[in-house]
Amino acid sequence: MPFIVNTDADRAEMLRKIGVGSFEELVVDIPEEIRLKRALDLFPAMGEPEVQRLLEQLSMSNSSTADHVSFLGGGAYDHFIPAAVKTISSRSEFYTAYTPYQAEVSQGTLQAIYEYQSMVCRLYGMDVTNASMYDGATALAEAALMAVNITGRNSVVVAGKLNPYGYQVLETYLEASCERPLVQNVIEDGIGSVESLKSLVNSETAAVIVQQPNFYGRLEEVEEIGRIAREHGALFIVSADPVSLGMLEAPGNYGADIAVGEGQVLGNAQSFGGPYLGIFTVKQQHVRKIPGRLVGMTKDKDGADGFILTLQTREQHIRREKATSNICSNQALCALQAVVWMSLLGKEGIREVAQRSAAKAHYLAEKIAALPGYSLKFSGPFFREFVVETPVAPSKIVDALLPKKVFAGIDLAPFGESGLLVAVTEKRTREELDMFVQALASLA
Amino acid sequence: MNFPDNLRYTKDHEWIQLLEDGVTAVVGITDFAQSELGDIVFVETKPVGTKVGAHAVFGTVEAVKTVADLYAPVAGEIVAVNEALDAAEIVNSSPYGEGWIVKLKVESPDAVAALLSPADYRALIGE
Repeated sequence: MPFIVNTDADRAEMLRKIGVGSFEELVVDIPEEIRLKRALDLFPAMGEPEVQRLLEQLSMSNSSTADHVSFLGGGAYDHFIPAAVKTISSRSEFYTAYTPYQAEVSQGTLQAIYEYQSMVCRLYGMDVTNASMYDGATALAEAALMAVNITGRNSVVVAGKLNPYGYQVLETYLEASCERPLVQNVIEDGIGSVESLKSLVNSETAAVIVQQPNFYGRLEEVEEIGRIAREHGALFIVSADPVSLGMLEAPGNYGADIAVGEGQVLGNAQSFGGPYLGIFTVKQQHVRKIPGRLVGMTKDKDGADGFILTLQTREQHIRREKATSNICSNQALCALQAVVWMSLLGKEGIREVAQRSAAKAHYLAEKIAALPGYSLKFSGPFFREFVVETPVAPSKIVDALLPKKVFAGIDLAPFGESGLLVAVTEKRTREELDMFVQALASLA
Repeated sequence: MNFPDNLRYTKDHEWIQLLEDGVTAVVGITDFAQSELGDIVFVETKPVGTKVGAHAVFGTVEAVKTVADLYAPVAGEIVAVNEALDAAEIVNSSPYGEGWIVKLKVESPDAVAALLSPADYRALIGE
């Protein structure tokens, strides 16, 4: 944290500059009756060394992936972030969390967002990507609202196993705009049953939603699900992990109308849950219904390339209550980190991250499944995450490994399910994986 | 500004013209409306077959800086949408001709006659 100077002289200078005589004169418009007429009820003042010590002590009570071996996933993953990501994104020309309000003045920021949009389009096989949304869950919910808006239908069907928190966000968003709640098909062996989906999708279905890979890390039968959606004129929404697309087919290539995702894995730290980055992409025919901001490329009056915010007329500051969505911001800094990460890794690098993560996850899954008392909960294909049935309660395993500086994974008991959800990224070494297997063996 | 005598007008800046069959009417936006909106880039309407009440929104006109709703001058059913509007700038260049927006099968032809005359509309916009 930098030291910010704020002396009496500074304040007097600021007041003089804006043409008011005193602080009281500055706040004269605030009615008397709502003013706080006493000092704030704060702790006694501390000296700088004391404050620093207190904050350091507080931060040391956190456990983070900086000094732990992490098998945590469930939506946020411990992929490697090259130091160059931070070096570039923290340059003072770039470093602001704010979306530009006088956007065209910030050509560099707009160009970075434009490049982000272009790269995400290629990764997802889609035509248009917006400047980003708050996180993967809100991107998914906005996709569902957009489908309701486009089709004029009210029913939204979830095919397969969504992240339960994403499901809740979706429910919250749809509550106000849909007459009926979400419909969920049957889950068998960790994926949605295509057979049970057929009876749920009909001429009133606005959208069919699938997450690939799903919450359990399993691969859903996306092509068949998309075909069922199309057959009934419903939009096909895919929530795809961007790193998985280094290996798996791009949603645009199997018929997604809208594809979304959680962009944290693209060069953003897990940071205890946020800020993250919602990826939002559509096919060209839906461009005028897309929520959020969109950066376009154009020519200025001298014929030079320039960047602008485009299709803004459907946003809140112009359309008010008739706006396509209430999002009028984006995660510019997170998107910047994502575009730097993608630039550094390139197409080959992203493929390698995906392949190494998957290979290590499969190695670990085999080793764990071979341990007495342990087994894989599901039998079909998975990407970098899998569910283990354990001989002792998963919560006991999590607690036992924490002092050894290992995050064992996510205990699924709070979601009303058995098992431990284990994620593996390319960062995990053979030694770490074998150590984890040994630790599990000793708990059986 | 041009406000042809053979058309009727609304406070929402649409024009309407009843065709010879007495039940089909052509609807568009006025010369004043297109000039206020500026460069029009996109027109979107409800699909053919949609029934709309008088003053109901049946679509939007998007210009570079703003979007305006389109209101049905009278109650009716949309029986045609101008396919030439893919090139939306024709609404600017020819608001009463090529730039028409929809055709309505009107519920009551008398309702059309009750709308504003060119003189009333000129008075409304202060011309």
